[in-house]
Amino acid sequence: MTATLKTRQGGPATSRPAVRRSRADKPFRHLTAAAGVVLLAIMAAIAVFLIAEAIPALYANEGSFLTELIWTPNNSPPAFGIGALAFGTLMSSFLALIMAVPVAVGVALFITHYAPRKLAGALGYIVDLLAAVPSVVYGLWGVIFLVPFMQGPSEFLNEYLGFIPLFSADQVVGRSMLTASIVLAIMILPIIAAISREVFLQVPRMNEEAALALGATRWEMIRMAVLPFGRPGVVSASMLGLGRAMGETIAVALIFPATFDITFGVLGPSGNSIAANIALGFAEAGEVGRGALIASGLVLFIITLLVNMAARMIVVGRSGARK
Amino acid sequence: MAKQIQVSGLDAYYGSNKAIEDISMTIEPRSVTAFIGPSGCGKSTFLRTLNRMHEVIPGARVEGKVMLDADDLYAPGVDPVSVRRTIGMVFQRPNPFPTMSIYENVAAGLRLNGRISKARADEIVERSLKGANLWNEVKDRLNKPGAGLSGGQQQRLCIARAIAVQPQVLLMDEPCSALDPISTLAIEDLIAELKDEFTIVIVTHNMQQAARVSDRTAFFNLAAQGQPGKLVEMDETTNMFTNPSEKATEDYITGRFG
Amino acid sequence: MSIQTISTGRRAKDTIVRGLVYLAFAIAVVPLVSVVYLVIKNGAERFDLEFLLHSMRNIGARDAGGGAYHAILGTLEQVALASLMSVPIGILTAIYLVEYGGNGRLANAIRFFVDVMTGIPSVVAGLFILAFWVLYLGQSFSGFAGALALAVLMMPTVVRSAEEMLKLVPSDLREASYALGVPRWRTIVKVVLPTAFTGIITGVMLAVARVTGETAPLLLTVFFTDSINADPFSGPQMGLPLYVFDQAGRPNDTAIDRAWAGALTLILIVMLLNLAARLIARWRSPATGR
Repeated sequence: MTATLKTRQGGPATSRPAVRRSRADKPFRHLTAAAGVVLLAIMAAIAVFLIAEAIPALYANEGSFLTELIWTPNNSPPAFGIGALAFGTLMSSFLALIMAVPVAVGVALFITHYAPRKLAGALGYIVDLLAAVPSVVYGLWGVIFLVPFMQGPSEFLNEYLGFIPLFSADQVVGRSMLTASIVLAIMILPIIAAISREVFLQVPRMNEEAALALGATRWEMIRMAVLPFGRPGVVSASMLGLGRAMGETIAVALIFPATFDITFGVLGPSGNSIAANIALGFAEAGEVGRGALIASGLVLFIITLLVNMAARMIVVGRSGARK
Repeated sequence: MAKQIQVSGLDAYYGSNKAIEDISMTIEPRSVTAFIGPSGCGKSTFLRTLNRMHEVIPGARVEGKVMLDADDLYAPGVDPVSVRRTIGMVFQRPNPFPTMSIYENVAAGLRLNGRISKARADEIVERSLKGANLWNEVKDRLNKPGAGLSGGQQQRLCIARAIAVQPQVLLMDEPCSALDPISTLAIEDLIAELKDEFTIVIVTHNMQQAARVSDRTAFFNLAAQGQPGKLVEMDETTNMFTNPSEKATEDYITGRFG
Repeated sequence: MSIQTISTGRRAKDTIVRGLVYLAFAIAVVPLVSVVYLVIKNGAERFDLEFLLHSMRNIGARDAGGGAYHAILGTLEQVALASLMSVPIGILTAIYLVEYGGNGRLANAIRFFVDVMTGIPSVVAGLFILAFWVLYLGQSFSGFAGALALAVLMMPTVVRSAEEMLKLVPSDLREASYALGVPRWRTIVKVVLPTAFTGIITGVMLAVARVTGETAPLLLTVFFTDSINADPFSGPQMGLPLYVFDQAGRPNDTAIDRAWAGALTLILIVMLLNLAARLIARWRSPATGR
């Protein structure tokens, strides 16, 4: 688990005693700084080249990039719009988040506060390992096992809860937005659970004991001491999970029916995402097609960037307000 | 509402390691009882067995009997949560809830016992803060975080939080060890006032403190490192400090070890 | 009764929450167990020497047989190349951040953009290499192009974990070295790095494990091939995750079997890397638990 919460400390670099200068010192310092600059250059290059390769395609686009609900960049004239893809990306990711967060918090609480101590260590370890399972494996599992499996439950949802727009559909299929969201939820669950677990473990023992000594039940202790302390961490873990879900490509590419429409029904044969469209459309893409995919990737990049920044600001804001 | 505690034949364990052995004593109501003894003698462990806080440490368990008037705290079917509700505790380091305001900290225990009216809560919070000699210092900033107070104020806030639920007994685990002398004095004065209402048990490393605040003193010791701690003797504080009956007590009190 | 009992409502709430927590755990475990179980069960069918030692060359659309040798070889080469590029840059950057940068403007800019870079979706990294290496520089799809994309993904992870590890090195140790008149760069190389070494290795291995399973960047950079191509610098290569994706998208059961076997191989590689990383971490600090 490398994604722990970081605090902004300059590290031990500040206030050094006078050190004997060596002739090799300066070159070494410059070498390390150069490595950092390379990193910055790569970041800049990512932005520059994505934009540069996207622009010609955007100029060639006969439709409106923001509102068009088709993706035919290889036709002449080419026409493509990000609307349906962006919608699918956000919709599937938020659904996944709604499903994953309560379960992940439950798992983290189970490991930190309910499971027997010996078991807890092993369970934490397993959750960490599951966070490392490659996404293509989840995709394979999703398309071979979950898609046929979801047919029944989806029909059930449609029959009894069909009055809710989310579950209404003319045709109920396994390859749906719902199935893709479930796969995404399963994929981001271990990472949210792993970070939440770390945060819950950092709750000062003395705060937990204070609650217990007041006569709090275990749940009341968790509500008084654990959850308030852990909330910023859980929120930021969720945002991280959201970012992961939005960028996830392969698993959803295998499941989505790859349509270009906007519908709130999650059981029907529709659904797509920016990342899935890149994976699926790349092989047939011509020059404009590639540019169009790069433009969509740029949009994805910006959305995930905003989500990650929001996660950061929540952590910083909350911990700042507490002081 | 203060109650007597009677302990008989009590052992406490951490896993397979016995921390205290065969402790029996009577703690009188409306008085201050001090536990003294060298580090590792099990006095804090023993204190935590009195409100069943010992067992929240994984692997820890207790054998023996603790009677609160007529009720055995360790009888089957007794809920440790209700025991802790009845016997309050103040810890070594002040531990207000960091995310809560001063007001919320004091009201935290009250809120557990169901909804109470705002007026009633205000009244109890004010009474508890006054009881903890903190009201005048914080009455203008009740909605500020509790963690913003000084160490001594935080500890008095924790005492206010503990007495707000009106326990029968108040356990204090070295409540002044993290505080400066002036804050310590404030807490000691407070203890003297609180004993009119509560049965108070205090663990302390500071013998002057034990002599100043307590009515009775219990001396704990251990035969050797790794051995379980035992109660050596217990008596009126004045007797303990002037005329102890055990040699070990005298040695400890006069500073020959510990 | 002098012990005030707590209300049944509170007790009930406590029990309900306990039930919900257990339920959440069960909900989480069921699909995860299902994934692992199906991968092992279905993967074992084709997980044999033929699979490990043969490519897909001359395997017809409906034929059984064939294997992932070309994909495994490709993955190993791509990940190794990616590590060769990203690990030195990552560790040097971390050294700069901890030992030299302090809170300077450059250091803060680097920290900020490393954070940004950590959140880059892997498919975007692939698009970047496509735009830069293939479209702009006119290079062909190759294993090396894939390695470039993986390196972009690895770098921020390596920097973050190495930075954490270097920060853990007590400054007393550095000062003791300076007191002996050792110059700073030698202190870093001879004292600081060796102290943080196992921690850095753990971080690097976790980063390697993560990119080993990445599919999307490869899809856009190494393209596909059914043949063995041992040269990562020319011509399309294959990668193991890509192989699984490719086979899973084919309509025949024989291909699906190969996809499962590929998934099993991939999981084994990733898990071995993870376990090794954790063993190294544990060997270094045996006392930390919980």
